[in-house]
Amino acid sequence: MASLLILLLATGVLASGCGSGGDSAGEGVTGEEQYKIGAVLDISGKASSLGTPERDTLQMMVKQLNTQGGINGHQVDLTILDNKSDETEAVLAAKTLIEKDVLAVLGCSSSGPSMAMLNTVQNEKVPMISLAAASSIVEPVSERQWVFKTAQSDKVTVGKITNYLREQNISKVAFLYMNNAYGDGGRIAFSEAAKENNIEILVEDKFEASDKDMTPQLTRVKASQAEALIIWAIPPSASIATKNFKDLGLTIPLIHSHGVGNQKFIDLAQGAAEGVILPIGKLTVAQQLPDTDPQKEVLLTYINNYTQKYGSPPDSFGGYAWDAFNLLVNAIEKAGPDRAAIRDELEKTQGFTGISGVFNISAQDHNGLDEESMVLVQIEDDKWQLLE
Amino acid sequence: MAFINKNHFWPGIILFLLIIPLITNSNYLLSILIIIGLYTIIVQGLGILMGYAGQISFGHAAFFGLGAYTVAILTTRFHCPTVLALLGAVLLPGVIAALIGRPTLKLQELYLALATLGFGLLVHIGFTEGMELTGGPSGIAGIPYLSVGSFVFDSDIKFFYLIAGILILLSAGIKGLIESRVGRALRAIRESEHAAETAGIDTAALKLQAFIFSALLAGLAGGLYAYYITFISPSPFSFHASVQFVLMAVVGGLGTFVGPLLGAALVVALGEFLRWAIPVVIPNAGGEYQIIFFGLILVVLMIFQPEGLGALGKRFKLSTQKLPGEGYSTKFEAEKEGGL
Repeated sequence: MASLLILLLATGVLASGCGSGGDSAGEGVTGEEQYKIGAVLDISGKASSLGTPERDTLQMMVKQLNTQGGINGHQVDLTILDNKSDETEAVLAAKTLIEKDVLAVLGCSSSGPSMAMLNTVQNEKVPMISLAAASSIVEPVSERQWVFKTAQSDKVTVGKITNYLREQNISKVAFLYMNNAYGDGGRIAFSEAAKENNIEILVEDKFEASDKDMTPQLTRVKASQAEALIIWAIPPSASIATKNFKDLGLTIPLIHSHGVGNQKFIDLAQGAAEGVILPIGKLTVAQQLPDTDPQKEVLLTYINNYTQKYGSPPDSFGGYAWDAFNLLVNAIEKAGPDRAAIRDELEKTQGFTGISGVFNISAQDHNGLDEESMVLVQIEDDKWQLLE
Repeated sequence: MAFINKNHFWPGIILFLLIIPLITNSNYLLSILIIIGLYTIIVQGLGILMGYAGQISFGHAAFFGLGAYTVAILTTRFHCPTVLALLGAVLLPGVIAALIGRPTLKLQELYLALATLGFGLLVHIGFTEGMELTGGPSGIAGIPYLSVGSFVFDSDIKFFYLIAGILILLSAGIKGLIESRVGRALRAIRESEHAAETAGIDTAALKLQAFIFSALLAGLAGGLYAYYITFISPSPFSFHASVQFVLMAVVGGLGTFVGPLLGAALVVALGEFLRWAIPVVIPNAGGEYQIIFFGLILVVLMIFQPEGLGALGKRFKLSTQKLPGEGYSTKFEAEKEGGL
């Protein structure tokens, strides 16, 4: 029985030990007090492909910032914690960071853990910048005053697609989606946008992320009068669907979501991705952008820095982290080390040129990105080609 | 160890729970204790089912989830009073357990494990597919706080006291249950179902009751979880969670009274400790490494303490006090089961 008390006490010691630890980067050398920032990322678990490039980007950014003298002479102490793509762990990690008196929390990488952290940051009045897609993370703004996000909302992506459909005079489509939060978010946003634009969805069907064959769903599409097919998924299932699409001899335009915006999609589709159209952040096609594009210089700098450090070009997830970090640094520069003032500054951000787009954040819009932040690309010879 | 005797144990625990918030102002520590408490509630029920009735369940995350979803749906979709919704969260899993329990518990050992596993998967698919009602994979946000009259459980401290109170009441109740005729009957079932039947115990009814009881507790924990996090999605209620609950029960020690608390505390604390410790030892290591270390620690624990943490106290007591009679026989059994 005595061991129980000892163990409970040990738990307490362990737990409080965690509060002071962490993966801190950038130890300060100057006399000024350090500014503490925290990040909770999905570094392991099912969303690790998102969290890893985000961690790498943040570590690179904080090193750069500190060698350049930090924020107004203050070195930045960044603590990155892994939530294992788990919602409960995300809450505990966020509380750890808040105990460490961080000025703001970046993360999480995916929507579920981000949503789980909302209540904690709202209660503790800590600014949070999420890197995930779902619009519900920042809406309704009246209940999410402390929460911002850098990834384009589904609405923006969907708007890009409906615009394209309207230009091509396509009014009857089929919509397939992956049965998880990402696919579901796309379905909700697309069915709303379709209604507004008088686009009729003839077939709406779903598949599991682990499915190996989508022929049944695609056969239904083939039998319908649909003039285009939209698929909302990520690889590998998105690649399999694309292969099945070609195997069935379908010739209508195939439009994917930004979830397939990486080389893995093209590789896994084994040639079937030819001709696929998708909206994507400008990072992937930075070299092809016209020189007048306001983002071009920022994008190329990020690509160069990242490639130099890690040996491969960055993807859009790293871009979300880049944006979140720099938005925060800008706000701290103006507001100083005060959580409420930082929140106010974040909300006033106007014309901030980032990787995911030009941010115009307001009290009504805590994402601040519009359709200009994305471009449509087509896959040609296994490469992304700018369509506009 | 002699200075803590049995009479001081319970008041000691209660006192310890009550003063934690006074000696720390760390919401992080409180939320870890709250999460441990929530898991303990589930594992308490699972402990009765596995440790005393001898039945294994790989479907308790489903009952946990049913409780959470009941609260989420009743409060956000139907604006039901929060206490009433919590009552629903306790009852619904109980009713479902009663419905599926009768046919399922006729199965033995591995088949029972498979049946509960299937049930867990089924419910999880239900959460993901129940679009309008459950919010599908995106889940349900905006769950209100639990409130009793005008008192709202809106901070970690208040929630901590709520969970601590529930745990103390629950522990007292379970202690009474174990030492009662029902508890002895349950243990008889675990040792030998046939022998128990011969002795006139209605094994089917008792097993069913234990199953329902464990489902009620998982539902209660689920409802409280929803009120604490205020957002739910299907992912915390997957098969993985069911396995983790069984793990906590086994690590803590089946058929021991403090086992559930120790098991839940160890699993949660170890996870938190490794999240902090691994990056210090191996920079840039992700959670995969944590899982490896976690596995290693559990294997070592199971080799050297196969009866679980709850049985550690027994060892201490025996080595320091050398009780005559009953104590020696327990020690003998412990050594036998320990596989010396």
